[in-house]
Amino acid sequence: MNWLLVVVGAMAGAPLRYLTDRSVQRRHDSLFPWGTFTVNVVGCLVLGLVTGAVAAGAAPSGVQALLGTGLCGALTTYSTFSYETLRLAESGARFFAAANAVASVVAGLGAAFTGAALAQALWA
Amino acid sequence: MGQSRPPAAEEPVDPDLPDSPPPARRAPAGHGQLPVVCAVSVGGGIGAAARYGASLLWPTEANAFPWTTFFVNVAGCAAIGVFLVLATEVWAAHRLVRPFFGTGVLGGFTTFSAYAVDIQRLVDGGRAATGLGYLAATLVAALAAVWATARLTRRAIAWRTRLSTATRLDGAGRAKERKERRA
Repeated sequence: MNWLLVVVGAMAGAPLRYLTDRSVQRRHDSLFPWGTFTVNVVGCLVLGLVTGAVAAGAAPSGVQALLGTGLCGALTTYSTFSYETLRLAESGARFFAAANAVASVVAGLGAAFTGAALAQALWA
Repeated sequence: MGQSRPPAAEEPVDPDLPDSPPPARRAPAGHGQLPVVCAVSVGGGIGAAARYGASLLWPTEANAFPWTTFFVNVAGCAAIGVFLVLATEVWAAHRLVRPFFGTGVLGGFTTFSAYAVDIQRLVDGGRAATGLGYLAATLVAALAAVWATARLTRRAIAWRTRLSTATRLDGAGRAKERKERRA
């Protein structure tokens, strides 16, 4: 059952990442990969919230499989993040490469902590 | 981030995205996108299932270093270094190959959210040192993996090209020699 939930969640999360990335990338003309940055930070916030809700007993464990492992797992990506960072560094945009790595990690962590704190406030 | 993209760099910044069609061919938003979205979706399901399978095969205890997610992310980054160099510099692959495998399978396999939430849980569980070690180790290993595999793939391509050029030149040289002998 969990397999099905993970796959269903991911089959929604991956195209959501693709469509969000496209629509974000259309709206700016800087080198910074805002599209991947956006999905990663949003995914961290939602996963923090979902994990907190399940840990507090406010949601069944199936929710963790569907929305956590499936949806948030596929909505966020490490492979595109690292490849975009490499491309920035290779194209001479070293500052953007470093900024992308640091900002993604800091903002992703901040979002995860915020999600967990929200879950704590709401359900614990 | 104010630095403008040079006008020549028309390619999309996201390497996972298929190359944009020329403006004249670009369909109205939404049309022609369905096959790409479906390819990303199916690929994402497969990648996430593989990640979930790995987490069942090698479960990580709470408050321990999340080795399984670490290896999943590093392996996915190594794979995308090979795949995208091949897809952008060598192959004229079908237009759905890149959305399916790059954006879908590898994007669904690797995860940023589990990485961040695992660090948050380690820190909140009093294992801040493990959390920070995991934070740094994943970042360094993932970037090193994509850098190394992209570089090795380019080197292999250059080596093959040199080899086939050398064979061709060698053939041309011998033909010239025969011609000279006949003259």
